[in-house]
Parts: sequence; structure tokens; C-alpha cells
Amino acid sequence: AVAILLGLPLWWKTTETYRAPLPYSQISGLNALQLRLTVRVTVVFTRESVPLDDQEKLPFTVVHEREIPLKYKMKIKCRFQKAYRRALEREEEALSLGSMQEAETMLAEPQEQAEGSLTVYVISENSSLLPQEMMSYIGPERTAVVRGITHREAFHIVGRRVIQVAQAMSLTEDVLAAALADHLPEDKWSSDKRRPLKSSLGYEITFSLLNPDPKSHDVHWDIKGAVRRYVQPFLSALSAAGNFSVDSQILYYAVLGVNPRFDPASSSYYLAAHSLPHVINPVESRLGSSAASLYPVLNFLLYVPELAHSPLYIQDKDGAPVATNAFHSPRWGGIMVYNVDPKGYNGSELPVRVEVDMVRVMEVFLAQLRLLFGIGQPQIPLKCLFSGPKSEGLTIWELDRLLWARSVENVATATTTLTSLAQLLGKISNIVIKDDVASEVYRAVAAVQKAAEELAAGHLASALIASQEAVTSSERAFFDPSLLHLLYFPDDQKFAIYIPLFLPMAVPILLSLVKIFLETRKSWKKPEKRD
Amino acid sequence: MAAALPLAVLGLLLLGPGGRGHAEPPRDTLREELVITPLPSGDVAATFQFRTRWDSDLQREEVSHYRLFPKALGQLISKYSLQELHLSFTQGFWRTRYWGPPFLQAPSGAELWVWFQDTVTDVDKSWKELSNVLSGIFCASLNFIDSTNTVTPTASFKPLGLANGTDHSFLRYAVLPREVVCTENLTPWKKLLPCSSKAGLSVLLKADRLFHTSYHSQAVHIRPVCRNARCTSISWELRQTLSVVYDAFVTGQGKKDWSLFRMFSRTLTEPCPLASESRVYVDITGHNQDNETLEVNPPPTTTYQDVTLGTRKTYAVYDLLDAAVINNSRNLNLQLKWRSPPEHGYVHYQPAQDRLQPHLLEMLIQLPANSATKVSIQFERALLKWTEYTPDPNHGFYVSPSVLSALVPSMVAAKPVDWEESPLFRSLYPVSDSSSYFVRLYTEPLLVNLPTPDFSMPYNVICLTCTVVAVCYGSFYNLLTRTFHIEEPSTGGLAKRLANLIRRARGVPPL
Repeated sequence: AVAILLGLPLWWKTTETYRAPLPYSQISGLNALQLRLTVRVTVVFTRESVPLDDQEKLPFTVVHEREIPLKYKMKIKCRFQKAYRRALEREEEALSLGSMQEAETMLAEPQEQAEGSLTVYVISENSSLLPQEMMSYIGPERTAVVRGITHREAFHIVGRRVIQVAQAMSLTEDVLAAALADHLPEDKWSSDKRRPLKSSLGYEITFSLLNPDPKSHDVHWDIKGAVRRYVQPFLSALSAAGNFSVDSQILYYAVLGVNPRFDPASSSYYLAAHSLPHVINPVESRLGSSAASLYPVLNFLLYVPELAHSPLYIQDKDGAPVATNAFHSPRWGGIMVYNVDPKGYNGSELPVRVEVDMVRVMEVFLAQLRLLFGIGQPQIPLKCLFSGPKSEGLTIWELDRLLWARSVENVATATTTLTSLAQLLGKISNIVIKDDVASEVYRAVAAVQKAAEELAAGHLASALIASQEAVTSSERAFFDPSLLHLLYFPDDQKFAIYIPLFLPMAVPILLSLVKIFLETRKSWKKPEKRD
Repeated sequence: MAAALPLAVLGLLLLGPGGRGHAEPPRDTLREELVITPLPSGDVAATFQFRTRWDSDLQREEVSHYRLFPKALGQLISKYSLQELHLSFTQGFWRTRYWGPPFLQAPSGAELWVWFQDTVTDVDKSWKELSNVLSGIFCASLNFIDSTNTVTPTASFKPLGLANGTDHSFLRYAVLPREVVCTENLTPWKKLLPCSSKAGLSVLLKADRLFHTSYHSQAVHIRPVCRNARCTSISWELRQTLSVVYDAFVTGQGKKDWSLFRMFSRTLTEPCPLASESRVYVDITGHNQDNETLEVNPPPTTTYQDVTLGTRKTYAVYDLLDAAVINNSRNLNLQLKWRSPPEHGYVHYQPAQDRLQPHLLEMLIQLPANSATKVSIQFERALLKWTEYTPDPNHGFYVSPSVLSALVPSMVAAKPVDWEESPLFRSLYPVSDSSSYFVRLYTEPLLVNLPTPDFSMPYNVICLTCTVVAVCYGSFYNLLTRTFHIEEPSTGGLAKRLANLIRRARGVPPL
């Protein structure tokens, strides 16, 4: 009895797995989370934009909310919170200037606009700021201009125009669909929307020059200058989306995996569209994995075809040569074929010195980089003037759109990770949950909730930071090595260890129990007989 | 990659200064070299060295651009703040007694030693991460390097390159002797070469030949070196070395000779266009002294004399960048022949095939007078299949006796007799010459004891466990059946009846 009293708790205590408590209910609550994305739109009315009696009603706030129909377990609502106000003196002055550029620089000067917000200026119907047939203008920063109207329902009409512009510049369905592509069931969204890279804290960009024929071509590229001039401005504009590191390499004798076909008509070689997927794999073994970090790598290859296969063109599905002579592979990078100018071969002996025209190359690579980050061609509404990005190749509202998408994607990823972690821990009861894992889980849950709140409040920058923290914490908890420690002691192995010891001991005990049972039954029967 | 989409639309205009920069002269150089050394034992050693020098300060630059220097290693240097890195993979052992001193010595297995820069705060952590990354790059089990096999030597392993201070706390050294070197280690090593294995000396690096050698050692050495004579700035030097030792190539006629094709099953077809120097050295020391024992083909254009490893050596030099040595129509297939003094020997050797055919070694030797000749054969014992053991394994295995057939000169000249008429005892062997007679001698058969496994072991185990179980069972059985209380004799349970049955069988009075 003493042995049982002391031994049983001791045995129980020593063989127990330590499991810190986890917020299971909160994690399952995250699944039903309603994401409400608030876009703050400031609508500024100049003096002659709307009828005077309407202007009397300013300022006030209109909320335009609608649900984004995605087949996702989270309900996502998009909400445009429009604050209507009258223009300030300075803004009036700026908008009465002659050209859009001047007005813009003057408007941009004093105040810093919060990330994710928009300012729409409503100008008078017959203002000369916009060309006559244009109804609206979208700038490179977070501002837009809309023509007003003198009409009885001026607010209603202007409001519609503002929403139209705001949807072009801010959240749209397809942005979110692309961000959640991994979490959505396979349907019409799937193939084309999977193009953007997954959200990560950082990215590595590698430019590789492939020279399969160094005997004939002595290729030089000024990658250092090109990166400084074209890539760095773009990346510093994108720096809110992650850390970037850039490097370059030259690979000799690296060939594509496909033999190009010869086209006698144009005496050139071509790569057909269907063979492009096979091009990458053999090259990739030479590219070398990035040893120094765990961030996803984006590869941009510039391929100078060997002399025997020059010139080389890429064909699209219809058989026509692709104008840029380049293609990209989603989430991997891009390849551009750079043909050596045939004039270079005349008279000079091999190897021919080739200077790569970096402007041409970088145009293609930057366009591919934009696509890989999910920044497609802006969809401009009808009768709208679009100024195009500044020199860094990215408008600020495009960046905002990317950050919205990233925040939503991060929240979705963190939620999925936490849910599957909770499921796993619930299913396998042997896993040890240490305190630090538990604290990471708590932190992740709190961060997801904070991100959702910040998104609802329209604070994009802090929402992004919270969502990144959520992803980091949840992944750290999920991939913690301490979770694996006791995983591999299934029940059958336990029995295999215990049975050889316990079975021989149990046989006599069981037999004696049977005996005792028989004896007691006998002693019960005896008194009956006596009666 | 599942899908690749042609990039059709391009709506991006690059503004900004569009001046095309002219690329500066290459700041990195590649030199490659192969040294072929006939070893005293008759084997042939080949030592490749590829040296990439990069005039760059890896640590300072944020964005790094690689040309000849491999990106994977360059990133390592800057990420882990390496001062020096020396990594070698070796299979086999360099037998100094037979082969003489080596150019590059390396221990069997994998060896890694690294000097970190003095800016590194947590050396042990960097070391751990570095060995893990290297194990990924070279597909080796360097990730088994941990504190149990890492040491910090204080006197040995000084930095080989430029070093400001030699504080030994920044040095880590580890050896994994059990590491097996194989093709999977060679492939990533080859990928680090600028010409990959497509041109230049690296064409010869064919894995299936390189690993059929008695010694294989590949290494990577990274160190900082002086950029110029005054050493005002540093460059990084990457040396990739590979040494192999081929067994003596003995042809059917007992002549030793080899060629590049026989060693590597390739010939040199084209120089690496990226290399600034690409040479093959052949050690022809003793070419002139020992009666012309060595003959190199094609004859070298230049020779090079130097004192290496304590001896004066002469090397034949072939410059691959020289168009006369190698060009489009002509491959370089170096041949080296031992022109040994003529011998009247004949050796025929037919190797055994396992369980099909025995070894056969025939030698025709002319023995000098009053001499003892010893022929010995080394053999290795092998384990038999378990069904092949004879019922009496102690007897061992018989090796059939060797045969010695000889024509022995006769003391007395015999009369030529008619073969048919002569007595039978002298007419078995045909004798062509009466001045000698034919003798065939047989040696004793050899009894070889092969290792015999202990076949009785499983039986012993079964016996022991059975005994233990039986003893336990018996004692429990006794405990249960023996009752110590007084009871009416009439009634008894099943147990008792059983006990009585057994007791009767044992001849013990029943309960």
C-alpha cells in the first residue's frame, strides 16, 4: 500500500509530458475572425466644385462598406471611410495653378499622409487643371483629383466617382485574391494569381549573367552601376515590404536545358513557349543556393546564347517572337535572352567583346520584379488620366496596395499556422509544450488580433508590423525543435517495452486474484448452506 | 518550375541617367595547374590546383558582384566574417614511405579549420552555423561537427595568409575521420570552378576515374593575400586542390606506361578561356640519369627546375594557352613511358572471379646461379556465405600447391636415344636437348584458416532464456500450487486436482 501510495504519483509525475496551457479557444476564434479593412479617404471640395447649398453641409463622413466575396473562411469586409471637408486656403491656391505637376508639388509639401490613406480633391466642373475630356486624375502619390458637378445630387455623383478612383488606387478584390491565393480553393483565381511571391521578411535578388560560350563571347556588364541606378531606387521604395539584398554573378558554360529549334526562314533559333518550363531546371543547379540566409531568392538570368545558337528568340504560344525576348517564372524569377549584335562578328576574331546594354536589360528585369511582387499593370478607370510612376518605377499607392495585400496574407498565414499547430498538439498528446513555445503562441495570437484591429482602424503601417510579428512568432512556435522531442514514443512501442516485464509478473497476480475470487464465492455460499 | 510565362507587356520606362558604364578590367584572375608525378613505387600522382584571386574587399561592400569567385563561398566570407577557411575531404592515406613527400597533406576523412576575424563576437555560434552551411554546400556530414570534436589549437595551425593578430580564440579546428568522400562531394566542388568541368584542366575531373584511385584528396582553401608588392590592400584567394594517386598501370607485357587518357579517360581538348594561366607540369626528374627510364610524349617545349620538398626536381611544362600545344585539331594526351631495360620475363596473371574461377599467376623467370628466389602473394581473407561453410569449419580451406617447372642442366651429357625404344621411366617428358632435363616440382598445399563465426550463439541465447523462463515459471507454479493451510480433504478446486495429478506423476503423495 505504501509502495502504491508513494510510487504511483511518482510514476505519474515522472512519465508525464509537460504541456504549457495554450489559448485554444482564441486560436479557434481566429478562424472566424472578421477582417475589416478600412481605407481612409479624405475628400476635399474646392469652392466651385459642388453647389453652394451642398457645401454648407460640410464637413461630414460617409462610410461605404461592402463584403469581398472570396471563398475563404475569414470574412473580409472592405470599408471606405470618406471624410468630406472643405478645401483649405493653400489647397485652393494649389489647385488653381496651371498644371497638374505644380499643383501636386505644392499639395505634397506640408503634410505627410498616413500609409494606406488617400486624398481626393474635387475641383470645379470646368477647371482647366485636367484636359477637357478627362474626368479624373491619379497621381503617383496618395492623391487624386476628381471633377465636381453642379447638380442637385452632387454629393451622390461625386461620391461614386471618388469610389471609382479609390478602388483603382487602393484595395480591390483581385489584390486580396492574389494575396490569399495559397489559402483559397483551386478555382479561377488559382493559376494566374499565384504569381506573386509569398510574404516574407526579406528577399534575396540575384542577377546572373549566363555565358555558355566564353570562347566566342567576352561579355561585360556594368551590373554594379545598373543596380545602383535602377534597382536600388525601386527597392528602397519597396523597403517597407521587406529587407532586400542584391548580388550578382557571372556563370560560364551554363547552358539552358533545351536545345533551341532552327527556323530557316529567318535563319534564327527559337525557344517555343511550351519548352520554357524545361529551361530553368538545368540552369538552377549552377545558380547555387544562397548559403547566407533563409530568405526566398529571386533569380534574374541574362542569357547570352552561344555563337552556334545565335540569334535566339523566345516564341509565345502563337509562335510569334516575344518583343522583350524574356519570360518569367512565378515565384522564381525571370530569364532574358540577350542576343549579341551580329555586326560585332565582322572582321574581329573570337572572342568578341560584348558590352551589355544595361538599360534594356534592367527595363525587363524591373518589370518582371514588379510582376513577381504582384504589382501588375494599374487598372485605370475610363476617362482618367494616370501620371505614371516616378523614377523609382513604383507609385506610392501601388506600394500601399502591396502592403494591404501583405498584411492580409500575413494574418491569413499566421492564422493557418496557429490553427494547424493547435490541431497537431491536440491530436498528439505526447508532444511537450515548453513555456517559450507557449509564449510565442500567445504573442502570435495577440499580434494577429492587433493586426486585425489596426486594419479595421485603417492604420496600415502598424498593421503590417503586427502581422509580420504574428507570422514570425507563429512560425517560430510551429518549427520549435522541442516539439519533436517526445513525438516518437507511440503506444505500441511503450507496450513492447512494458510487456516483457509486466506480463510474467501479472500472470501469478491474476491467478491469485482468481483464486481469491473463488474463495470468497465459496465463503458466501457456505453461510447459505448453514441456513 | 511549373509554369513559365512569356513577358508580353512591358509598361515601364526607366528614367534617370542612362549612361552605359564601361566595365573595369577584370579584377579577378584564375590560374590552373596540374602536376603529374611518377612516384617511386610506380604509381602516378596527379595534383590539380585552381587558384582564383579576387581583388575585392568582401566585408565592406553591401552589394556584391561575383565574376570568377563563386558566390556561395563569397557570401560565406562576408556573412561569417571569415579570415581563413581550409576544408579538405580525403579518402585513403598518403604513404610517404612508398610515395615520397606529398605536395598537400590532408588527414583521412574531412578536416575543417577556420580563422574568424576578430570582429566576431560569438565564435562558437558562427562555427556551428558555418559548418552546417558548408555541409549543405559540399553535401558532406560536416554538420556533425560540434563541441565534442572541435578544438582550438594554440601552437599549430597559424594563419596561412595575411593576418593582423593571431589570437587563438578565433581559430576552430575539427576532423571527421569517418567521413566518406564520394562523387556527391566532388560535384559541388567542381561547380565552384569558373569553367565548371567544360574546358581547361577541369575536363579531366571525371568522377568515376577519380574515385578509382588509392588516394583521393580534395580541398578548398580561402585566405587573404596581398594585392600588390607593397601589400597596401588585400585580395581574396581561393585555392581548390585535388590530388589523386593512381595505381601503377601495368600492361600485359609488364611494361608500365600511362597517358592522360588512361588515367582520366579524357584528353585535354581546349584551354579554359577564363584562365590567365593554365599549365601541366610533369615530373621528369631522373630522366637523364637512370638510362632514360622515362619518356614523355609529346616532347615538352620547356622545362622547369626547382627545389621542392627538399629535392631538386625537373618538370616538363605544357602551357595550354600556347596554341602550339593545343588547338582545334589537336588534343593533348600526355604520355609517359618507362623505358625499362629489356627483361626476359613473362608474367601472366588471371585474376579470380568470386566463386567462379581461381587466380592464376604464371611467371617465366631466368634465375641467376646460386640465388634464392622468393615469390610471395598477399591475400585477404573474406567471409564465406553462411551456406558455404563445411560441416567441420575447423579444418580450413586448401590452397592448391604451386607448380615449378624447370629445365635443369644436366651434369652428364646423356646419349641421345630413340624415344620409342627407351625405358618407360625416362620417356614421359619430351626432352629436346640432351644437356638438360625437365623437372616439375610441386609445393605443399596450403591450409588457410578462414574466420568462422560462432554459429552456436543464437542457440545459446535461446537456451539461456528458456532456462530463466522455466525457473521463474517453476517457482511461481510451486508457490501457487502449494497450499499451507489445513483443509478438508474432500473438496479441492481445479488447481488442486491438477496439482495432485502432477504429484502423482512425480511420485509424490497427493495433497
